[in-house]
This record gives sequence, C-alpha cells and structure tokens, in this order.
Amino acid sequence: MRTKRLRTVLTALLVGALAAGCSSTPDEAAPQETGPVDLTFWTWAPNMDKIAAVWNAEHPDIHVTVSKQAGGDEAAAKFLTAAKAGNAPDLVQAEYQMLPSFVAAEAVADIKAEVSAAKAQFSDGIWGLVTLGTDGVYGLPQDSGPMMLYYRTDLFTKYGIAVPKTWDEYAAAARAVHAKDKTVYLGGFSSKDPGWFAGLAQQAGGQWWSIQGESWKVGIDEGPTRKVADFWGGLAAEGVVDTQAPWTPEWNAALNNGKVLSWASAVWAPGVLSSNAPDGKGKWAIAPLPQWSAGESYSGFWGGSSIAVAAGSKHRAAAAQFATWLNTDTKALDLLIKEAAVYPAAKGGQALLTTAPDYFANQPDFWAQATAISSSARGFTFGPNVNVAYSAYKDAFDKAVQQKSSFGAALTAVQEATVADMKKSGFTLVS
Amino acid sequence: MTKANRGARASRAGATPYLYLAPAVVLFTLFVAAPIGYTAYLSLRRVKFSGLGLGKKSRTEIFVGLDNYRAALADGEFWDGWVRVLGYAAMVLTLMLGLALLFALLLDSARVRLPRFSRIAIFLPYAVPGVVATLLWGFLYPPSMSPIHAGLHAVGVDGVDLLSPSTIVFSMVNVAVWGGTGFNMLVLYTQLRAVPRDYYEAARIDGAGELAIALRIKVPMLAPALVLTTVFSIIATMQVFTEPTTLRSISNSVSSTWSPLMNVYGDAFVTGDLYSASATSLVIALIALVPSLGFLRLVRRRAFGEER
Repeated sequence: MRTKRLRTVLTALLVGALAAGCSSTPDEAAPQETGPVDLTFWTWAPNMDKIAAVWNAEHPDIHVTVSKQAGGDEAAAKFLTAAKAGNAPDLVQAEYQMLPSFVAAEAVADIKAEVSAAKAQFSDGIWGLVTLGTDGVYGLPQDSGPMMLYYRTDLFTKYGIAVPKTWDEYAAAARAVHAKDKTVYLGGFSSKDPGWFAGLAQQAGGQWWSIQGESWKVGIDEGPTRKVADFWGGLAAEGVVDTQAPWTPEWNAALNNGKVLSWASAVWAPGVLSSNAPDGKGKWAIAPLPQWSAGESYSGFWGGSSIAVAAGSKHRAAAAQFATWLNTDTKALDLLIKEAAVYPAAKGGQALLTTAPDYFANQPDFWAQATAISSSARGFTFGPNVNVAYSAYKDAFDKAVQQKSSFGAALTAVQEATVADMKKSGFTLVS
Repeated sequence: MTKANRGARASRAGATPYLYLAPAVVLFTLFVAAPIGYTAYLSLRRVKFSGLGLGKKSRTEIFVGLDNYRAALADGEFWDGWVRVLGYAAMVLTLMLGLALLFALLLDSARVRLPRFSRIAIFLPYAVPGVVATLLWGFLYPPSMSPIHAGLHAVGVDGVDLLSPSTIVFSMVNVAVWGGTGFNMLVLYTQLRAVPRDYYEAARIDGAGELAIALRIKVPMLAPALVLTTVFSIIATMQVFTEPTTLRSISNSVSSTWSPLMNVYGDAFVTGDLYSASATSLVIALIALVPSLGFLRLVRRRAFGEER
C-alpha cells in the first residue's frame, strides 16, 4: 500500500516537472535593468570565452557567459528552434545571410535605439547587412569576408603565367596550366560553397534579393550571376578547373602539394591554408580577384557574421551594450583579431591589423592589400530564405558538375526553388 | 457482508491491474504517444508570412489540412529517394545477413581456430559509431590517398571512382555491411549455442557431415533469429541517413535528398520547415512499417510455428 502511494506521488511529481518544463513562455523584453544581469552568448568564434572574461572583469554588473557552438546551417536551425521554444540565448552570432530568416521568424530584436550610435564605425555596405534595407537594426557587424585571389607565387613562375587581371585572363591561364600538366589546375569551382558563388556573383554586380516597396524580388537567375555561372560552366566542361568537393582530405592534399595553383577565397583564408596546406607557407600571395572588365576593381563577400540580440532576451539593453563593446571598442577589436582570428568589420579594427599573418610573412603588405580590396567589395541584400537557395545551389551544381551539364540550367533551378519556397510561405513577390 | 461492501471490493480488484499498468501507460503516453501526436499536429500546420515578412506580426501559423502530406507525396525526389534506398537495402540485407549467417555457422563448427578472437574481430566494427565508420571509409575512397586504389592499380585496374554517382551506393553498402555484420552474427551465434548438442550427435550417427548438419539442422533452428535480424535490418536500412549524409561532405554525388530521411533532416534543420518535416516523417514511418509487417506476416507461421 505504501509503495503504491509512493509511486503515485512520484508519478505526479514527474508529470508536474515535465509540465513545468514545457510551460515557460518568453516574455516581452523589459529593457529596465536593476542589479547585475547574466547574459548567455552563442558563438563559434574561437577563444570568445577569453574575450568575455575581459569584459566581465571590467563590467561587474553585466556578466557574459559564452557557449561555444558549431557553425553552419545547423547553428541557425538550433537558434531558431531555441527561440521558438522560448530558451534562446541573449546574444547570438548570426551569419549575415541568416539574419533575414531570424528577423522573419521574429527571433532577433530590433536594437536600433541601443546601437545606432555605432553606425559611423562601419562602411555603408556592411551596415546594410544588419539593417536589411529596413528602418531597423538587427545586429552589430562582427567580421566580414572580402574575397581575393590567393595564388602560389613559385608555381605561377614555374608554369609561366602572370596573375590574371580579368576573368578572361584567368580562363586562358587555366587552359595553359592544364595543358602543361593534366594533373594540375589553376583553380577550382565549388558546388559545395554557395557562399563562395554568392560572393563571386556580388563581384559581378548580382542582386539575388531586393526589396521593391512591399515586395521581394528574386534575381538569382539574372544577367550578372548568369555570366558567372556560364563562365565556370564553360571551364568545367573543358575540364580545365578542378571540380572536386572542397574541404576534403583530397582537396587539402591538392592545395598542399601544388596541384592547385590558386584559390579565389576570402580574407579568412590564411587560417585555412596554414592548417590545411602547411607546406605552402611563404609561397602564397594575394591579389585582387580577376575583374569582369579590365580597369574595374570590385570584390564580393564570402562569409562574415554579426552579433544579434534575441527577441526573447530579458536584458536587451545590456546585451546590446556588450555587442557594441565587442565590435567597436578598440581593446575588444584587438582581442578579436588576436584571440579569435577575426577580420573585424569595424573600420577601427581594420586599422589595428599591421603584422601580416605568419603564413604570409613573405607579403608584409598583406593587410594593406586586404583593406584596399575590402573597400572595393560590394554586397547584396539577403532574402528571408537564403538557406533554401543555398541548399538548392548545392544540389543543382553538384549534379551539373557530375553530369557536366549546363551551369545556366542549374542556376535556373536555384532561382525556381527559391521563388517557389517564398510563394509557398506567402511572401509578396514582384511578378 | 453487505451488498455495498462487496461492490466496493469488486471494484477495487478491478482497478488493481490498471494501477499496475499505470507506469507503463504514463511513460508511453509521455514519451511515445504525445510526441507522435504533436508531430501529427504540426504536420497539419504551416507558417504563413505576409508582405516582406520582416515587420512585426507578419508571421502567422495556420492550419493547412493535408497540404504538407500532398506536397510530400507529390515530391518526385522523395520517391527517387525510396528507389535508391530500396536498392541499397536489398544489397545490404543479402550481403550482411548472408555473411552473418556464414560467420555464425563457421564459428559454431567444430573445426574453428581461435574462436574467441574471431568472434570479437568480427563483432568489433559494430562498436564503431556510424559516422566514424563512414569517415574512416570515406578517407579510403578518394584516389590520391587510398590503398584501395593502389591495390586496384597493382592488378591493372585504373580510373575507378568509388565516389561517382553510379558507384557511391556500393561504397555505402560496404560501410553498412562492415558495421552491421558483427551484431547480426552474434545474435545468430548465440541462438546456435542454445541448440542441444544431442541433435548434432544424432545426425552424425546417421551419417551427416558438417555441411549437412549446418544446412539441415542449424539453419532451420536459426529461423526465429533470422526473422528477428531481418526485421531489424529492414527497419534500419529504410532509415539510412548517416552514411549518405557523411559521404555527402566529401562527394558531389550525394544529393541532399538521397534518402527519404535526409528529406526530413533538410526540411527540419536546413530550411527550418518543421511542418513539412513532420508530415514526411509520418509518411516514412508508415512506409517503413509495410515491408517489416509484410515480412513478419510472410514468415510467422514457418519460423514460430504459430497457427492462425
């Protein structure tokens, strides 16, 4: 009898505990602060806990706890799920292209009132990535990824090619190199990196999404991006660029042993090269991306992220204060560069970059070049379903690479998948 | 004893079995029925945006009836995924269970050497997590670093791409068979050890050799265990996810919808559409149920001697 009663009590407790666990609902943010507050911060930047420790020592009233996350698609999905469940962190690192879907899901807060003073610290192009072209401000830019051409100086000499100034020169060089040695490529096309392709489309002047009045316009399959797709499709069909999946041991080996002579990548590439292609140290250099017309100087962005405040955060003002410090304070920017190996988005941060990365010790003006390239980079507005477009890119271009079929048709497939998803979700589209 | 008293006692006796059942029912409700119910509820809904979808209150969750199911069933990629998985499942089932049976019989035969070592060696791959196993094999497939290619080259075979669209399914089957044979072997072997030795003695006296004993006595005695391992394997192969998802990162040949379960993952965690993912999950559960139940029905009478 006693055990039966005990079991009933235990069951009741269990049910009660579960019910309590499910019933917490997010409150509307209350910006008024009294007493010390605790903030949680989801980020994948390395050593962010050390940077937060510096903040915590200086600000006893606002304590930041860093929770290290994995990057990528899953990071965004995890945050959206947490926001829906009402247990999102106060602060979250958000890649620029994911920010619109966070805003659409009402998962991040408009912090215009708290952070608008920081606007002068950023270039207009970067600031546009956190306003999404609206009146609001949905995060503070942390880092950016202007694209440039990384190339092997020694092997360019060996194969007798000059650094290509235009994409036409790039194509000619690709043919020349591959003709001399069938196992060697000038560079590669990645069907796994939609962000890379988006960066090249930005350079060409593409606008994948744009806002016209109260409607979205999707322009993925349009002139500028078409030009980029057809260019790479032609080289892939000729077999003169490497189309293997990147970020694999095989790909690392090709970078390391000189089977691939160049890589159109972003400013964060030194970290990748030093760990994945250690033998190339001191042999690589950077140059601006090849241009579509001689005499132009444009670049695009691959990657980069902002720090946003969750809509459900009860400490919006404190969170915005930390985000502002992290991304505009000189001391914090210095820490971001040294501890987290970040290329800061703030103008003040770029000025702090003086010593070239160890891997590029042969190019002492590395940062001067990078800053010049960065100022020539143009971005575009990201839409609310970038994840759908990026996922469609991987499937469509994987297939095009495998079947050696038209890259233009693959681009059309990406456009169609993106538009279909937006229509299904009810967004207003320019017809 | 009054009438009322007797009535109370009778009702108490009637309640006792339910009390004993209660913990199981409560746990089942909380951890099985409720999540399935919530999935079913989600599968009937969807998020609808208006305008740009960026302003406040431009996002609502609406009831859409069976729309998500219609979309899932009308998706050609979903059915192509099933075709790929069926081919994969057919190969894995035959190879893995065939090898498991062979190893179990060999280990149980009188002449085996180093039985304990062999048993552990065959079982060990099962202890390797699927992702690790796939990565491990994934490093062996690409040409520049693989001893497999070196071996093929030595015998004069060149240019075999183990990660091409036409060969990748075999590469996946290989990983699954490598990882799954040991477990099934162990189930079959354990069952074999339970067979009374007298049977073999009797058979030997009747003049049966090792092969005849294996085919005429051991295999029929193994029928229930074979049914069990087959049903488990059917369910597992229908849900194949780890191998294609992991190989996808090193090959251009695996689409994000290679297997039906990858559809669900993509909807839920890449494009953030939990509603379609819920509908597709339930469709997959129903589809996976058909071959499992069908197989059980087919073999029930033979294996378990049940009369209908």
